[in-house]
Parts: sequence; structure tokens; C-alpha cells
Amino acid sequence: MNLLRTIQVSLLFWCCVALTFPVLAQQIDAADQDAPPELVALASDSYAAKGEAIQALIASGHSRTRTWLTALLDGKLQRLEDSGRFVIVTDNSGRDWTVIDAVDDAPLGEVSRRNIDRITINNALRNQLRSAMAVLDLDAPTVQERLASADRLLGKVDANLAEPLTARLDAEESPAVREKLAQALAIYRLQSGDSAAVNAAIDTLSGSLNPAVRAALNGVAAGEGEAAEAAQRALASIEQKLKLNRAAQTLYFGLSLGSVLVLAAIGLAITFGVMGVINMAHGELIMLGAYTTWMMQQLLPGQPGLALILSIPAGFLVAAIAGIIIERSVIRFLKGRPLETLLATFGVSLILQQLVRTLISPLNRTVVTPEWMSGSLVINEALSLTLNRLYVLGFALVVFAGLMLVMRKTRLGLEVRAVTQNRAMARAMGIRATRVDIMTFALGSGVAGLAGVALSQLTNVGPNLGQSYIIDSFMVVVFGGVGNLWGTLVAGMSLGVINQVLEPWAGAILAKIIVLVFIILFIQKRPRGLFPQKGRAAEG
Amino acid sequence: MSILQSLANRDRVFEFLVPDESPVDVRHGPILYLEDVSVSFDGFKAIDDLNLTIDDGELRCIIGPNGAGKTTMMDIITGKTKPDRGQVWFGSRHNLLTMNEPEIATLGIGRKFQKPTVFEALSVFENLELAMSADKRVMPTLVARLSGEARDRIDEVLAMTGLQAERDRAAGILSHGQKQWLEIGMLLMQRPRLLLVDEPVAGMTEQEMERTGELLTSLAGKQSVVVVEHDMGFVRSIARKVTVLHQGSVLAEGSMDQVSSDPRVVEVYLGEGI
Amino acid sequence: MHWLAKPATERNTQVFIGVLTAALVAVCLLNLLLPAGHPLHVSTYTVTLLGKYLCYALLAVAVDLVWGYLGILSLGHGAFFALGGYAMGMYLMRQIGDRGVYGDPVLPDFMVFLNWESLPWYWHGFDMAWFAFLMVLLAPGLLALVFGFLAFRSRVTGVYLSIITQALTFALMLAFFRNEMGFGGNNGLTDFKELLTFDLSADSTRLGLFVASGIALGLGYWLCRAIVSSKLGRVCVASRDAEARTRFLGYRVERVQLFVFVVSAMLAGIAGALYVPQVGIINPSVFSPLFSIEIVVWVALGGRATLYGAVIGAILVNYAKTVFTGVMPDAWLFALGGLFVVATVMLPQGLAGLFAKRKRSTPAASAKGAKEATA
Repeated sequence: MNLLRTIQVSLLFWCCVALTFPVLAQQIDAADQDAPPELVALASDSYAAKGEAIQALIASGHSRTRTWLTALLDGKLQRLEDSGRFVIVTDNSGRDWTVIDAVDDAPLGEVSRRNIDRITINNALRNQLRSAMAVLDLDAPTVQERLASADRLLGKVDANLAEPLTARLDAEESPAVREKLAQALAIYRLQSGDSAAVNAAIDTLSGSLNPAVRAALNGVAAGEGEAAEAAQRALASIEQKLKLNRAAQTLYFGLSLGSVLVLAAIGLAITFGVMGVINMAHGELIMLGAYTTWMMQQLLPGQPGLALILSIPAGFLVAAIAGIIIERSVIRFLKGRPLETLLATFGVSLILQQLVRTLISPLNRTVVTPEWMSGSLVINEALSLTLNRLYVLGFALVVFAGLMLVMRKTRLGLEVRAVTQNRAMARAMGIRATRVDIMTFALGSGVAGLAGVALSQLTNVGPNLGQSYIIDSFMVVVFGGVGNLWGTLVAGMSLGVINQVLEPWAGAILAKIIVLVFIILFIQKRPRGLFPQKGRAAEG
Repeated sequence: MSILQSLANRDRVFEFLVPDESPVDVRHGPILYLEDVSVSFDGFKAIDDLNLTIDDGELRCIIGPNGAGKTTMMDIITGKTKPDRGQVWFGSRHNLLTMNEPEIATLGIGRKFQKPTVFEALSVFENLELAMSADKRVMPTLVARLSGEARDRIDEVLAMTGLQAERDRAAGILSHGQKQWLEIGMLLMQRPRLLLVDEPVAGMTEQEMERTGELLTSLAGKQSVVVVEHDMGFVRSIARKVTVLHQGSVLAEGSMDQVSSDPRVVEVYLGEGI
Repeated sequence: MHWLAKPATERNTQVFIGVLTAALVAVCLLNLLLPAGHPLHVSTYTVTLLGKYLCYALLAVAVDLVWGYLGILSLGHGAFFALGGYAMGMYLMRQIGDRGVYGDPVLPDFMVFLNWESLPWYWHGFDMAWFAFLMVLLAPGLLALVFGFLAFRSRVTGVYLSIITQALTFALMLAFFRNEMGFGGNNGLTDFKELLTFDLSADSTRLGLFVASGIALGLGYWLCRAIVSSKLGRVCVASRDAEARTRFLGYRVERVQLFVFVVSAMLAGIAGALYVPQVGIINPSVFSPLFSIEIVVWVALGGRATLYGAVIGAILVNYAKTVFTGVMPDAWLFALGGLFVVATVMLPQGLAGLFAKRKRSTPAASAKGAKEATA
């Protein structure tokens, strides 16, 4: 009995399913999509008709125009073969594609791709679509978006667009967007043939750094006549501006490299200049600072920014402590023997390098750049400054100013200067020279650690990081004049700029060689550097 | 300014007219002549318009408080420091400002340093050997052989300076006084026309001081000697003419009695019992 | 007595030359007379290794001459060694002829590879042995002359000079790494076939090169000893300890420094030239600052201003390097680094200072030398 009932129910169920299915299919067919005529016109066979349809669609001001045009451009606006229904393909992987209704976004499930017709477009239509969409985007609420869409229009304006754009230009409130639009229109008018309009257009365009503008002007300048000359003049003035911007770019890269050099060298300027100690392990102290940053980021996963900020004191401390250990265990036994100090600290540098290779890895580690430090600061179309370098430049200046303050304004600075000038006298005045030595060395080493933290944002962190900076750092200190922090700043910055100026002309390696040779020759001319210490005390 | 100066240098002749390696020409006056010499270090005027004339064969003592510029003056004469302006002539033919230290030394100016400076790693004998007047260019020095005559001369100077017993000992282990003597001995080996002696008796006993005084006075006449000294007693014992330096220029000049009665000198040396 | 003959009368030269000769003869005999399986047999591989050590020893003697006696710590002597080596390498490259991979009769393989049309001008002449051997001396000598002339004239000494020499070799390393320089770039010069018609892979050639290195070391040592025993040598020591005083005595210190520096650079060049055919390659890594500073530590460990100390140091450190890098390569840099520290902090006189402890210190030793010289 029970069994009989079960069979009855299931039979009924299956009958229902069988009945319902054709009905459902019928419904898709029957439900007439409420497609506007402009959309339907898009599906016409001729490309010319499609072009007109696009214009008409834009003119209609239909709320879904943007969606349709985007889909059309991406090739995702399609039509179901059997029903003629317009759909948008959302997933075209596999044999069956997922589609939604183009008019009301209703999900229509999966359809075999053989049952869908794509609405084809050609390149001309593609261009038309892009400009059309740019015009549409000009209605975007934020200035930034409008500016971006105006930018996309440069060089893309044609007869169809000119009119709506001119109207749009009058309505636009933001001066930046207006300027862009005016340029876009001017590029179009360059081809108009009417000499007054062309001249006005050239006037509008001169001074713009945009590559599209230059391309358009180049086109006119290649011709003959008054307009060509005007275009040439405009191009020349643009070229002038570009040169300035390129120079600014080179200067920026130079100062950036210079700031790295200053950071790397300034700790050395203290230990070498003030104490007369040649610390060849200085580069490895920089490396320790960089590894501290890496370590911090490992300890605070997902918070690279916080880790980086915490690395500043941590890197200073780690390097300073390492410096104190080096001073106490090696350097103090070699007082007054600079060449031996050089050799011994070189040994220390080898040991530190190998230590990192053994304990961490011989391979480079990646230090993450926090979001607020990546990207760049755009000044204009030809000049943008990478943020991480800008931060490092600022950091270098802050470190320099800080050191200057320590040396000028604090008790430690006073004692350091006293010990530098006359060790015996300073001792007699009750200054504990040994303590000053330790503090000075810790300070110099700590600054090396800071340099490492900064460098981790610009280069790879590896065991050889320090080695690549030690010779450069010494060059900076010697070039600037030993015992002179200002000298180190000027020397570092100018060597950085010289290097960058030479680089496009000579290539990176040759530029470096030239700089090295230049310093070698410079030292022959002025053995005590740019800012020498004078007087009897300097003789030695 | 510099053009005017060069125009004023009427005593200069064309370089090719000056004979090479000429001996010091003292026919027309002094052996050493400093005119309007000034030098400053970082704004501090170590020497300020200094004028000084040393006659041939003269023994001159130069005194002055610390920082008067005595050592800087010696540095200028020997070519170690170049003055900012002024002229320095050796005889009437040699412009010392155009020469470097070895050239000036070869010309016949010997110098003893304030702090005794001898070659500590070399023996006393070798110190004297190196000081001996000889061809001091590289190749002749490489192939140089010590003649019997030269050895006799070294022995002679060893005797004069009382260092015979230390002949083969390293100069580094000599006493302070012995180092002073060795340095004087090295000066003698050089046979200079002009000796610049910076504080020769520092660290010497009374007796040694006396002998130094005798030695220096005996040299004067054949050679010119300029002595910079702090020890007033020693200066009084040897001096014929004394120059007082103060703040880089000459404050007074004359016999010891003259300068010590000069009120300005007394003021400078107040309490030093001149 | 002639200055060149003077070392013959000095005990340390007699001992050194004696020991060196005995060692050379012994190695030759043990290599030639004993069969390969014999426990005392010295294999050709070992002979070449020893030959390499002898080249390093000559290089160390050259460094000791300028550092020990002149007080000039050159951190760029590897550059002179490398230049000598490259001069020899260029000769050996030209000797390959058409036996290279590409079979070009004139152009070395790497030039063919880089599509060079013809030999750069500075490669001309290196097919002639006499010219190449002259260049072994002239290339490092000229570099030392120009560099030394500029540096010593401006009285760049002490730490400054050390740093500048390091920059020099660093700049040269960067330059030689460039393919455009025409010295084989990164890979350097290699695949040599023969030297003066002798097959470089033959055992007899390798033994010959070993003996040549030994003789070069002996002669180099003799020359350096003659220089330091001459009056010029005493001027060197004088300028090392009191440069200003030496000038006031009338010596042109900068010229003395220049002369000795150039001699030292040429000796380093010879060492490099003998080194290259034995190891079979020369590349820019020889210019690396690390190598140059390593040479200094050989000298520091062996003992400065003794010449023989440099030889002992070079051989010991390089033997240790061979052993270490074979057994536990990671530890080598620790050992080398430690060596730098130990040699400078605990052994300021080096191993030679330990040996000579019962004698008096270096000043007295040179005073004794002077007494002999005057006798």
C-alpha cells in the first residue's frame, strides 16, 4: 500500500516536470524583450548603419547606453539566435556561456555558444565607440574622471564628436577639463583647412606636453605654408618645455641617487671624519639595517607600512649595537693605526656578510613597499616623481638635519668635536674620550642602519648590499672633505646628479667609471676634498 | 691687485736668463728676505704683513709668545706652507715661493723641527747618512756607495754631537736630548747656508744647552742661523740680534737689551720675566 | 759594493734563496722521478697549484715593497697583477690561431661571437711574444706611473691613497666587465692552447711554468731586497716614518715613491703573467677590490717590511684557502675575515715578528743591515 502510494506520487511529479519544461521554453520565446529601437538598430548588417545607431543611442540618452556600448566594444553584446533577444555575456569560458538580459540584467542561465550571435564591429566602429564613450564619461560626477575621459579624447575627435564636445566644453565648470577639451577640439580643427581656425588651434595647443598633441602638430608642421610654420614654432616651444622637464627628471633621479649616497656616506663621514676610523664594515651595517626592515615585515605580516616605520628605530638600534661591538672588540685596539683599522674592519665585513648568508640566505629578500610609498607624484604629462624615491630623499634630508643638530646643539656633539680637535686636551678637560668614541661610533653605525632601512625600499636586500655601496660612500666622504658633514651632503648630491647626467650619454657602467675617474683626478687636485679643514691641525 | 704686484716685481728677470743651479747670491744684501708676508687659516691670520731680513752669516734669535707665528714662518721659508701674499727670497736670486721643500733644502736651507723628528727605524749612522749633502735624486741614491771620506765626515759629526756610542743603535730608542743632538747633527751633515732651528734646547740639561749654544755661535759667520727659542736664558747667552714676533708680525727688533726694555715687548711678555 | 750584489751578503736573502732553490729542485725531482702511485709523488696538479702560490708570493712581495717599506697601502695591486695577466692572456689568445671554436685565424672566439669585423688596434702586436712580454711590464708600469705621478705629486698618502687605489681597481673591474672593451667581458680570456710553442696542457710545460714562477719569485725577491738595502731603501723607510722630514733633507719623496711604486707594479705584472698560463683563465674578477685587499692580508699575516714574511703569508693563506674551499666552502669567508682581524689586532708584526722575537725588532735589524752595508 505504502509502496503503491510512493509510485503514484513520483509518477505525478515526473508528469509535472515533463509538462512544465516546454512551457518554460515557450515563455523565453514569447516574452518580448522591451529593446529600444536604437539597440535593435545596432544589430543591423551594415557597419554604417551600426555607426548611425551608436550616434542615435547616445542622442537618446537611454540610461543603459554606457553598459551596452561597453559590452559592444568588448564583443559581449550578443543576440540569442532563436529569440533575437539582446543579452550580455558575463562568462564566456567553456562551451556554454552565462548570459544576462541586456535590458534588465535578468539572469538567463547558460546558453550554448552556438545559439548566440555576436554583434560584430570593425576598427572604425571601435574608435567611434571609444570616443563616444569618452563623451559619455564627460558627464561623470568627479573632475578626475572627467579629466581622464577628456584625455582619452585627445586625437580622437572627429566630425561627429565636434559638435557635442563644443557644447560640452561650454557647460564644463572645471578649468582643467576645459583646457583638455579645448585641446582635443583644437587637434580636430588642425585638419579643418580653415587657416584662421588652424592658427587658433595651434595657439591653443602650443605649450601642451601631451604626446598626442605633439603628433598632431608634427602632422601640420610637415606640410607647407603659414600654418606649418606656426606649428613648427609651437613644436619648438613644446620641445623647449620638454627639455626643461627632462632636465627636471634627470635632476630628480640625480638627487634621488645622491640622497642614497648621502645616506650611505654620512655615517661614514662621522666615523671616518670625526674619529679618523676607516670602517670598511660600514656597508655591512647598512645591510643590517636593510635586513632589520625585512625582519620587521616578517614579524608584522600584512602591515608593511607599520613595519617600515618601526624599522627606523629598530634599524638604528641594530646597527648601532653592531657598531659598538665592532668598536669594542676590534677598533679600540687599533687606535692611531688607520691602515690596520681598515684591514681589520674589512675582515669584520666579510664575517658579517657570510653570517647573513649562512643564517638567512645567500639569496636576495624582498622588502614590501607600503601602499602610501608606491606610485608616483604626477607633476605634468612629461614629469612624474616616484613616491618611494621622494620619501627616501626627504628621509635623507631629515637624517642629515638631525645629525647636524646632534653635532651642533648637543653635549655629545660638543664633546665629539672637542675630542676630534685635540684628544689630549679634551681628556684633560674631563671628557671621557673612550665614551665619546663609543657614542660616536654607535651614532655613525646607527645612521648606516637608517640608510639600510631606506635602501630596502629602493633595491634588493641581499648579503652583497653593503659591498656595493662602500666604495661609493668613501668616494663621497673623500670628495666632500673629511670631517665636514656639509661637504658630504654637497658631494653626495652632486655625484648623484653627475652620474644621472652622464648616464643617458654614456650608459650606466661607463657613467660610474667616469665618476670614479673624475674623483680620483679631483683628489689629486684637491687632496682634502671640496671643503678641506685648514690649518696646522689638518696637517698630519 | 695681482697685476700691480707682478708689475712691482721689477727685480724679476726672464726665466731663461737665470742660470740654473746658481749658488746663493748674497752680493746684493741679505741671505733671507721676507716682505709683506701674510697667511691665514680659516680666517685666523697666523702671519700678518711680516717683514724680516737675515744677513749672510748672521745669528738671529726669534722670540715671541705662543701663537706668534714662529713655526708658520718656518713653514713658509721651507716651502711647507704657501703664503696668501708677500715675497720670500733666498739671496737675491731665488724666489722661495716658486719652489717645493726638497728644492729649498737642496738650495741650502736646513731645518730642525720643534718636536725632534728623526727617522726612528733607522740607526743614528743611517740618519746622518741620509742627511749628508749628496746627489739626492732617485737613481743616484739607489746606486750610492758610501765613500771613506763620507764615513769620516759622519764620524766627525758623531763626535761633535757626542753620539759615537749610539752609532748603530736605532734612533727611536735615543733619549729626548740625544734626538735633539741627532737632529742638529743631521743639519750639520746637510751643510746648509741657512739653518732654521726651532727650539733646539728643549729637554736638554744645562750642560747640553751650553754646548748647543757654543755650537750654534761657532756656526754663525760661515752659515746663517735663525733660532726660535722659548728659553730666554739661552737666547740671552747666544743672541746678537733678536726679533720679537707678536700676532704674526714683527713687534720689535734689536739687541737683547734693547728689546727687553721695549715697553710693548714687556707688555706682551708680562710676567714672563724677560 | 754594487747595489744589486748587496743582497748576496745578507743572511735572510741567503736563507730565502737557499730554501726556494731546494724546494724547486725537490718538487721537480718528486714529480719526475717518482711513479704516480708513490706516496711522495707530487702530481702535476699539485705542481700547478704550487706554481700559482709562487705567483701569489711574488705579488705579495711587490705589495710588501710599497706597504712595508714605503708605507703606501695599495688596495689596488690586483689591478697591476691583472694587467700583466691580461697582457699574457692576449698573447695566448693570439696563439690559439684558427684552433678556436669558430676557427677564425685572427679574431679570438669572443670577438667572432660579438660579430666584430676586425681586431681592435690594441690587440695588434700581441701575436709576437717579445711584444706581449714587454707589455706585461709596460701595461702595469704605465698605469702605476700615471696614477702614482698624479697621486704622489699631490701628496695623496695614507688612507686616502688606499681608498683611491681601491677605487682605481674597482673602476677597472667595471671597465673590463664591459664587452665593448674588447677583453672578453665577463668571461675574460681562456681556452689557451700553447705558450712559446709549448703545449699548455703538457706536464712538462706545467713543470716548466712552476720553475719559471720560482725563478721569478727568487729574482723579484732579490731585486726588492737590493732596493731596500740600498740608500734608497733607507730613504723609503725615512719617508714612511717622517715624510716631511725627508723632504726637508732634500729628497723628492714623491719621486722615490713613484719609482718604487712602478717597480712594484711591474713585479705584480710579472706575477700575473706567470699566473695566467697556469690557471688557464684571466677574467675581471682579478680586478675586484676583495682580491686586492686579500693580498694585503697575506702580507699582514706574514709580517710587513720583511719581504720573506710576505712569501710565507701568501703561501699559507692560499694553502688554507685551497683546503677550506675544498672541505667546507662556507667557512672560508669566516676564516678569511677572522684572519684580517687576528693579523692586525693580535699579530701587528705578523708571523715573521713571532719568528724574530728573540732578535730585536725591525729597526735594529735594518740597523744591522746598514752596518754590513758600510763594512
